[in-house]
Amino acid sequence: MLRDVAVIGVGITKFGELWKKSLRDIFVEASLKAIENSGVDHIDSMYVGTMTSGLFVGQEHIGAVMADYLGVAPVPATRVESACASGGAAFRSAFFEVASGHSEIVLAGGVEKMTDGADVTDALATAADQEYEVYQGITFPGLYAMIARAHMHQYKTTREQLAHVAVKNHKNGSMNPNAQFRSTVTLEQVIKATMVADPLRLLDCSPVSDGGAAVILCSVDYAKKLKKPFVKVIASAQSSDTIALHSRDSLTELKCVKVAAEKAFKQSGLKPSDINFAEVHDCFTIAEIVVTEDLGFFEKGKGGEAVENGLTAIGGKIPINTGGGLKSKGHPVGATGIAQIIELYEQLTGNSGERQVKNAKYGLAQNMGGSGASCVIHILEAV
Amino acid sequence: MIGIVGYGSYLPRYRIKVDLIAKQWGADPEAIKRGLMLYEKTIPGLDEDTITISVEAARYALQRAGINPQKIGAVYIGSESHPYAVKPSATILIDALGIGPHVHVASYEFACKAGTEAMYVAYSLVKAGEMDYAMGIGADTSQGAPGDALEYSASAGGSAFIMGKEKVVAEILFTHSYTSDTPDFWRREHEFYPRHAGRFTGEPAYFKHIHNAGLSLLEKSGSKPSDFQFAVFHMPNGKFPQEAGKKLGFSKEQMEAGWISPWMGNTYSGSSPTGLSAVLDVTKPGDKIFMVSFGSGAGSDGFIFQVTDEIQKVKALAPKLRDMLDNDKIYLDYGQYAKFRKKIILNE
Repeated sequence: MLRDVAVIGVGITKFGELWKKSLRDIFVEASLKAIENSGVDHIDSMYVGTMTSGLFVGQEHIGAVMADYLGVAPVPATRVESACASGGAAFRSAFFEVASGHSEIVLAGGVEKMTDGADVTDALATAADQEYEVYQGITFPGLYAMIARAHMHQYKTTREQLAHVAVKNHKNGSMNPNAQFRSTVTLEQVIKATMVADPLRLLDCSPVSDGGAAVILCSVDYAKKLKKPFVKVIASAQSSDTIALHSRDSLTELKCVKVAAEKAFKQSGLKPSDINFAEVHDCFTIAEIVVTEDLGFFEKGKGGEAVENGLTAIGGKIPINTGGGLKSKGHPVGATGIAQIIELYEQLTGNSGERQVKNAKYGLAQNMGGSGASCVIHILEAV
Repeated sequence: MIGIVGYGSYLPRYRIKVDLIAKQWGADPEAIKRGLMLYEKTIPGLDEDTITISVEAARYALQRAGINPQKIGAVYIGSESHPYAVKPSATILIDALGIGPHVHVASYEFACKAGTEAMYVAYSLVKAGEMDYAMGIGADTSQGAPGDALEYSASAGGSAFIMGKEKVVAEILFTHSYTSDTPDFWRREHEFYPRHAGRFTGEPAYFKHIHNAGLSLLEKSGSKPSDFQFAVFHMPNGKFPQEAGKKLGFSKEQMEAGWISPWMGNTYSGSSPTGLSAVLDVTKPGDKIFMVSFGSGAGSDGFIFQVTDEIQKVKALAPKLRDMLDNDKIYLDYGQYAKFRKKIILNE
């Protein structure tokens, strides 16, 4: 790594059904907030994470569209895609550009507009293996339901433990003003919700959302000159795995998470127990349980027990998804990875209000694509 | 005094319970009943369509009005299921009922509010002094794609209202319309079934238009919700009208008489007009009725009616809506329903 990188400003829109805002409106709103928040007077380059704006709203060439409407052309503007991990991958690209010394101030944003009438389930399914999975009729709820079934069989994870993830994340999201669902839910509501793909019910699934998020990165040296609060990026790791779930050795382990986590911990010189809180990719409740195990926060098979016993609640051993997670905060696919970074920034700068994790020094963000075919992990440190 | 001089409704006898539709598509019937507050819906018979429903409703309206059909100067049918793409529906109706040929007729279409459009234009022509009587009808054999959320509600029925100046049973005191380009629900040419944009049909479409039309109507008339004995709102399901009414400040009791969708379904253009018909059946002289329709696309027509002494003379002259809704029902299973709705493709 050539030089240390900082996050110096963040901006996010409300997540939800933003009927009156277009894809570009949402991106520009988040980006202007981030630029204003950071106090910079220009950006040198930008990256935009979006999963499938072509299918959702018929717009590609997203880098140029967003640079144009943000009013920053002719700066380089690049779209980054890694399915649901597009935001994390965009942040990682921006990180490299600053770390390499090629640019000083880089914007990393993510955006998705999912409620414009496209068939969302079909659009999202393009992140799975079209030839070997989707043609057979499987969708993401079905894939994660198989992971859940296998986990329940192998580790005796219970239906109630899955529900605890949703209950906790809704409670956290109720304290996040930008969350799509600020309502709390009970165990009974989750367990009795409409069936989607057995054993996953409606309240086990993250919602369809519109939303945008953006952050400004620069070198730590430059950040010091700005005399504004900043956090340091101390690890950036990415991995890939088989695109199809059935090609993996195990249905209950997300190898992409293990591999990326190993790299991130090595880069940062930390171990899982050093992390004070984490934002993880809870696209379905089972995903949070498996991811918290594969990140090394809990022994394999004990993720369900951990959430049931409150270890992942705010005030617990390691608070998970303090911002509400994808489940409650919402999951505008391309924006999710950046929104996770923003939650880390807010926590590490002590701006999380009633959901603040006390004495937070290290935060980890884990963003995942598909059923675990790609994973991006970042670790940020309070300065 | 200008207003309704005769009204009539018609509902087919056939019904299907939402449990059977849910079962057919692997959905949870309890979730549908709880979420949409729908229990059963009407189905048109094999020989029924928007025109036959309109004819029956108009016949009852004429019975109540007790006027010479030849005196009717205009007949407008609002529907989104006119049997012909090109050919007016009301020409068949006027010949069947002895109206015309010196009469102006037209077919209206505006999703679920075509019926109140027909009523509004009929009322306006009488008010303008162009004619003594004009008839506005809202009727539909509503379309909903198999397996779509609309299939739980899309039903059949309609109501007819004759507007005039003499022997008025319900005077129209105020009207107000609120319209914007909000594409929440549509059907293009050559498509069998309408499409809709999920929850977009709710907040920015149904609720926004009903609320704004309702608020403006209250403001224009200088009234408050408690001034009314009854309130009727378009009923795409059982839940929406209750929520829209509550937000405007109306109580469940004020909406009870016209709240028929849980057992009738959504008769599209015939929805709020048929709710109004159910209310007129139980009103007494002096009662005030607040009504707001909604049509996707989108718009709302609001009316304030005040019932006169004449109402007592006409109620019993034709079948009452609740009697049609509650009695002589024939329940179909999903297969029979599919056959009745021509969802089964047969060889010629």
